Amino acid sequence: MSIALDSAPSALGEALRSAGHGLLGVLRQPVLLLAWIVVVVALGWAVAPGFFTSVSPYEGDPAQSFAPPSAEHLFGTDRLGRDLFSRSIHGAGTTLSATLLAVLLALGVGTVVGLVAGAVGGVADTIIMRVVDVLLSIPSLLLAMVIVAVLGYSTDNIALAVGISSIAAFARVMRSEVIGVIRTDYVKAARGSGTRGAAVVLRHVVPNALGPVLALAALEVGSAILAVASLGFLGYGAPPPEPEWGLLVAEGRDFLATHPWISILPGIALALVVIATHRISTSFRKDHRR
Amino acid sequence: MSITETRTERADAQEQRAPLLQLDDLVVEYRGSGRRAGHRAVDGVSLSVAPGEFVALVGESGSGKSTLVQGALGLLPAAARIERGAIAYSGVDVTRWSETRLSRIRGSYVGFIPQDPGTSLNPTKRIGRQVIEAVRFTERSRRSAAEHREAAHVALREAGLESTERLFEQFPHELSGGMKQRVLIAIALAGQPRIIIADEPTSALDVTVQRRILDHLQGLRERLGIGVLLVTHDLGVALDRADRVLVMQQGELVEQGSVDAVLRDPRHEYTRRLLEAAPASHAGRLEPVGPRLPVDGVALRADALSKRYALRGGGEVVALDGAGLELRAGTTHAIVGESGAGKSTLAAILAGFGTPDTGSVHVGGRETTQLRRGALRELRRELQFVFQNPYTSLDPRWTVERIVAEPLRAFGLVQGRAAQRARVLELLDAVALDAAHLRRTPSELSGGQRQRVAIARALALRPKVLVLDEAVSALDVSVQAQILKLLVDLQAELGLSYVFVTHDLGVVRLIADDVTVMRGGRIVESGPAEQVLEAPRDAYTRVLLDAVPGTRLASMTEARA
Repeated sequence: MSIALDSAPSALGEALRSAGHGLLGVLRQPVLLLAWIVVVVALGWAVAPGFFTSVSPYEGDPAQSFAPPSAEHLFGTDRLGRDLFSRSIHGAGTTLSATLLAVLLALGVGTVVGLVAGAVGGVADTIIMRVVDVLLSIPSLLLAMVIVAVLGYSTDNIALAVGISSIAAFARVMRSEVIGVIRTDYVKAARGSGTRGAAVVLRHVVPNALGPVLALAALEVGSAILAVASLGFLGYGAPPPEPEWGLLVAEGRDFLATHPWISILPGIALALVVIATHRISTSFRKDHRR
Repeated sequence: MSITETRTERADAQEQRAPLLQLDDLVVEYRGSGRRAGHRAVDGVSLSVAPGEFVALVGESGSGKSTLVQGALGLLPAAARIERGAIAYSGVDVTRWSETRLSRIRGSYVGFIPQDPGTSLNPTKRIGRQVIEAVRFTERSRRSAAEHREAAHVALREAGLESTERLFEQFPHELSGGMKQRVLIAIALAGQPRIIIADEPTSALDVTVQRRILDHLQGLRERLGIGVLLVTHDLGVALDRADRVLVMQQGELVEQGSVDAVLRDPRHEYTRRLLEAAPASHAGRLEPVGPRLPVDGVALRADALSKRYALRGGGEVVALDGAGLELRAGTTHAIVGESGAGKSTLAAILAGFGTPDTGSVHVGGRETTQLRRGALRELRRELQFVFQNPYTSLDPRWTVERIVAEPLRAFGLVQGRAAQRARVLELLDAVALDAAHLRRTPSELSGGQRQRVAIARALALRPKVLVLDEAVSALDVSVQAQILKLLVDLQAELGLSYVFVTHDLGVVRLIADDVTVMRGGRIVESGPAEQVLEAPRDAYTRVLLDAVPGTRLASMTEARA
């Protein structure tokens, strides 16, 4: 398509330029730099856990059970003597891939739903937005729990459930952006230039409405990690001995008084990643506003 | 004892002789942040305003005039700071004063009238409370609530408002723009300031309202002996009203002198350019460079158009009431009127962006108000629309090439990239842009360049009629003059017909062959430009013409000719 051809070089150039500026900006802000390091390390854990640890996450040494954090076991060991650092690293893959899946699902479906509501308007808009209102009125974690309970316990279903429960937020933002863009002079001018309705929506409305929605996606990553881990903690996800961040925290709660590291250290890792994604998404939002 | 007395006396005397406001070599810089580089907005400006003096500061957008005012008032945004120079009020240096100390001068010593009356009042508070607030914050000695109330009434009357009892209970949205601006003047006057700084106080208002507000400011100066610093982009206003005129360009003061001196013998080249560009300095219509392509007949004809809008909660607004006009081919028909006159509604209907309740529009012999979507799309090839604001009418993500090519692609008029590039270049050339602009996005263009791109896009389909809705109103005077020149040349070359909607009668003089004056959705007067502008039949047209600023400039031009 000629649309894609036309926009490709400029979009690529823009992306490269903004990446360059982004890099410079990041270096100037130590907290943001730290946040990026945390996220990159976490992604590294998820993609190539073997690179960070050679210790098996499943096999424990009973003689080493409940060992406190040390040079040998950075995060200590659990009841079965399994290395918690290794389990945290291997758990990143499960938690983060479920998160990614959830956010992509919510982003994809939410954007389309919001676009239809905003661009078509009228009765379609009313019906869609009332459904969205209903979805928004149910606490998302509760909704996710119900969905997992119906679909069955597994990490994939957690991803699906968390994704579905955040569709409404994306649909809302997309719709309001679409309505805002449709009212602009340049959309009116495009119509005045003879461009047909669908093409106006694809070429003008979607690209200009997407920015804030993508910023929301970045913001939503943090909440999605929390939601996935929460459901894991409650036992809706991967069954033990599978390592998963929420599950790791859950496994240590019986020993919180005597061996606090079992819950706390994976918990801190989880918290750091959530805070870091939040910090990064805030910087995106600021960039977008400019 | 006697020594201290003399000292204070001397200080008092000095204070009285010192100018109300004095800036010495002021430099204000904006810090760069992220992608934006820092820059110097005000670069070594010195100026003074004496008691009872009316000084006008003129500059185009980006000249640094607003930053200068903010600096003088201690209201600079966080990213800006005073690098060098001094600000003194009556000889007292306030440059390094803290925000709290400065806030005590604002209102009680220096009154500020902001630019946009629409957003400068708190929409949730009644007018009375807002004025009383200003009175209370600036009082010199403790007074009772009743006295505050009385002082607020006095301030409102001082600002030229009547029935202040009723006004006290009203909210800003119940007032017109002119009334809101008067309330802001009242707030500025509430602390009995010695100098008033007004930043474009009338640029958002209609000419007749502008005239009353400026008359009033002048009156205040004469009655109360306060100094006025008027910041404006309109050289005509500055020359009509001020004793002294200062001209700013790119952060520097390039010209200052009495009105007569500036009119008679402008020193700086930029001032000469501004004078030249001001609509009032042209007596007649702009003449095209080339010969006129001969065309005749009627390009567009509108009859008895009416349009009503229902208001929420009952009632309706009559936007158009039996309006009609005839556009002769190859000519410009200007529609003038103040806000609410219905001229934009009319323009939208002519361009097929809206439908009238009754009435008809014929473009090249075809009725257009009842067209369905497909036929309306065909109409676009005959008739194009140019929007008021070039900052919003171009997709911010698109390149100039894509923007100009959009109509060509929509109608499949060019095959292949090379052909498209060639035609786009041809169009850019017509609006005095070149290949260097092809790959830029709107944010990389100036306001004038953006409007050129918008015009190039409108010309892409080789239309016969252009409907221009306030197409030069958002632009600086010098840019405005270039665009008008361009429009006149294009008209002669391509035989175009223009419907030119504007509130600015100065512009009408430059471009119109026929003029229609509108008020409240009705047509007040219509006829050839010379007749309507020189010998108006209707009283309202005369009021409108009288209110146009630039009298001194125009008489100067006449004297020269």
